[in-house]
Amino acid sequence: MTMTRSDPQTAARPGLAETFARRPELVSLCLLVVICVAVAVINPAFLSPGSLIDMGRASVVTGLFALGVFAILAAGGIDVSFTAIAALTMYALTLFVLNVAPGLPMAVILLIAVAGGTVLGAINGWLVHTLRVAALIVTIGTQYLFRGILLAFIGTVWLMELPPQMTAFGKASLLDFTTANGATVTLPWYFLTFPAAAVLTWLIFNRTLMGRAIFATGGNPEVAARLGYDQRTVHLFVFAFAGGLAGLAGIVHVCANRMANPFDLVGTEIGVIAAVVLGGARITGGTGSVFGTVTGVLLITVVNNVLVLVGIPSTWQRVVVGAFILLAAAFFVTRRRKLQPQIRKQAI
Amino acid sequence: MRKLDGRLVILSVLVLVLLGAGGLVSGGTYLSLFNLQSMATQVPEIGLLAIGVMLAMCAGNGGIDLSGIALANLAGVASGVVVTQFVSATEAPWLFTLAFAAGALVVGALGGLLNGIIIARLGITPILCTLGTQMLFTGLAVVVSDGRSVTIGSPDPMYELGNGVILGVPYSFLIFLAVALVLGAVLRFTPFGMRLMLTGANAKAADFSGFPKKTIFTVTYTLSGLLAGLSGVIIAARNVNVKWDYGTSYLLIAILIAVMAGVRPEGGYGRIVCVVLSAVVLQLLSSLLNFIGLSNFVRDFAWGALLLSFLAVGRFGLIESLAAAVTSARSPRASKG
Repeated sequence: MTMTRSDPQTAARPGLAETFARRPELVSLCLLVVICVAVAVINPAFLSPGSLIDMGRASVVTGLFALGVFAILAAGGIDVSFTAIAALTMYALTLFVLNVAPGLPMAVILLIAVAGGTVLGAINGWLVHTLRVAALIVTIGTQYLFRGILLAFIGTVWLMELPPQMTAFGKASLLDFTTANGATVTLPWYFLTFPAAAVLTWLIFNRTLMGRAIFATGGNPEVAARLGYDQRTVHLFVFAFAGGLAGLAGIVHVCANRMANPFDLVGTEIGVIAAVVLGGARITGGTGSVFGTVTGVLLITVVNNVLVLVGIPSTWQRVVVGAFILLAAAFFVTRRRKLQPQIRKQAI
Repeated sequence: MRKLDGRLVILSVLVLVLLGAGGLVSGGTYLSLFNLQSMATQVPEIGLLAIGVMLAMCAGNGGIDLSGIALANLAGVASGVVVTQFVSATEAPWLFTLAFAAGALVVGALGGLLNGIIIARLGITPILCTLGTQMLFTGLAVVVSDGRSVTIGSPDPMYELGNGVILGVPYSFLIFLAVALVLGAVLRFTPFGMRLMLTGANAKAADFSGFPKKTIFTVTYTLSGLLAGLSGVIIAARNVNVKWDYGTSYLLIAILIAVMAGVRPEGGYGRIVCVVLSAVVLQLLSSLLNFIGLSNFVRDFAWGALLLSFLAVGRFGLIESLAAAVTSARSPRASKG
C-alpha cells in the first residue's frame, strides 16, 4: 500500500485527479474552503471574529482527540475509548485537586492529566497487543470499563466549583477582540494546546524512527515485524500517545466549560473518528497526515457550527456528519481504485 | 461422532450456575415464574441484535455491524410516525400492529441493504461504513421524530407481542427462538450458510472458488438489518414509546454476547445456539446484579470487564484446552487431534 506514497520518478507530473487521490486531504481542504465561502455568502456573520473564535475554541478538544486517533489509525488500529479516558482523567483529577491538593500549580495538573491518560492508553495498547483481537472490540470493552470505574466508583455529581487555578487557565486570554456591538471575545491560551500537539505529532511522524515504524506497522504488520520494528512498542506507543492527548483534552474541556461533568465527552467518538477519516487517513492503516487530520477537524467543527447559521435545523447535524463520513469514504475508495492500475503500470 | 463443543457446555453450565446463585441470593424470588418471564421478555431485543453482529462478524473482511441499535430505533420511530398518521390504534388494532411491524421490518431491511451495498459494492471497510450509517440512522430518527419520543400506544395485539405469554413463555421470546432456529438451519444446511462461513474463513480461497462474494455480503448485512428491524418492533411493543436514543449500551452488549458465544471476530466461525445461550447468560447476570442492588454503572463496568475476559479466554484457548482435558480424561484416545 506504500505505493500510493509519492515517488519522485513515477510521480513526475501527476494530473489533478491523481494529486487528489494521492493526497485525499486536499479534497477535504477544498470542501472546507467551499463550505466556508458558501456560508460566508449566505450569512456574513460567519466571518465575524466572534464566530471564528467560537469555532477555534470548539476545535481544541476534538483536535487533541483527533491527533491521537490519527496515530492509532496510522498504525492500523482504532480506538473508541479515548473519550472515556478523557472523562475519567478529568473528573478524577478535578476531584483530587479540589479535595486533596488545592494548591497544585496548573502546569503540574496538566502534567498529571497527560500522565494519567498515558497510563490508561498504555493499558489499551497492552490489551490490543496481548489479546490479538480487533482493536475496535478491545476498546469498546475498555470504554465501558473506564466509564464504569468513573461512574460507579468515583462519582456522578457535576462539579460546578472548580479550583481557582483551573478557572484561571480556562479564562486566561491570548487575544482580545471587541466586536461591533461592544462585546469582547477572547481567544484563550488553552487554544494553543491544539497547534502545539499538532506540531509534536508532526515531529514524531516525520522526524523520528517511531513515525516510520507506525506507518510501516499500519501498512503491513508482518513485513514491519520482519524488518525489525517491534510491534509491541508500536502498539503501546500509539495507544499511550492517544491516551495522553485524551487526558490533556479532558482537562482542557473542564477548564473551558468551568465545570466537570462526568457524563460529558463519551459519545463524541464518532465525530472525532469522522474528522480523522475526512482528513485522508485510511481506517485500515498506513496512511494519513497531520495536516489532513487538522483539516478534517476544522471541517467537522465548521459543519457542526454552520448548520444553524445557514438555517438548517440542528436536528439534521447527525445526518449531515454521517453522510459526510460515507461520502468521503466512498470517494477515497473509488479514487484509489481508479489510480491503482496506473501505478502498477508505472511500477513495472 | 461430533466433537464436544466446549463453549456450548460452558454456557449451559453458566446458565444453571447463575439460576442457582440467583435462587440462593434472592431466597427463591429470582426463580419465580414472574421473574423468569420478565427476564425472558428482555432477552429478544438484544439477542436479535447480537445475531446480527454475529452474521456480520462471520462474513469476515473485518465484518462488524455497529449500526444495529441505531437502525432498530430508526425502524421503530419511522414506522411509528408514519403508521400512527394513517391507522388508528384503537379502531383497527390488528391492522395497526401489522402495518407497524411491516413498516419497521421494511425500514430495517432497507437500512441493512444500504450497509450491504456500501460494503460489498463500494468496498468500504465495515467498521467505517457502519459507523457512518450508525450516525446516519440515529440522525434520521432524530429528524423524523424531531428528537421527541414517539408514542406507539398499546393496542391488544401489540401489548401481547411485548408482554403476553403462551404456556408460560413470552411471545417475544418464542419469536426470538424461532428466528434463531431458522437462521441456525440456514447457516448449517443451505449453500448460502456454507458460503458465508467459508468466505469469512478465507476470503481469497472463496474468491477463487467463484463464490458470489458481493451477493453474500449484501444478503448478510440485509439480514442483520432485518433483525434490527424486528428488534425495533419488539422494543416498541415492550415500551409503548420509541425514541432515537433508546438502548445506548446495546452496541457493546450485542458485541459482548457475540464474543462470549465464541464467534470469531475475524470471521468464519459462530454458532447461533451459543449466541442464544450467551444472551440468556447475560440477562441472568444482569438481573442478578439488579437483585444484589448494584447500580447500572457497576453493570457497565462489569460488561467491559467481562468482554475483555472473554477475549482473553478466546485468545489463550482456555475453553478448548479445558474441553480437551475433560475428553482426554474420559477416554485417552479421544483427545483433540
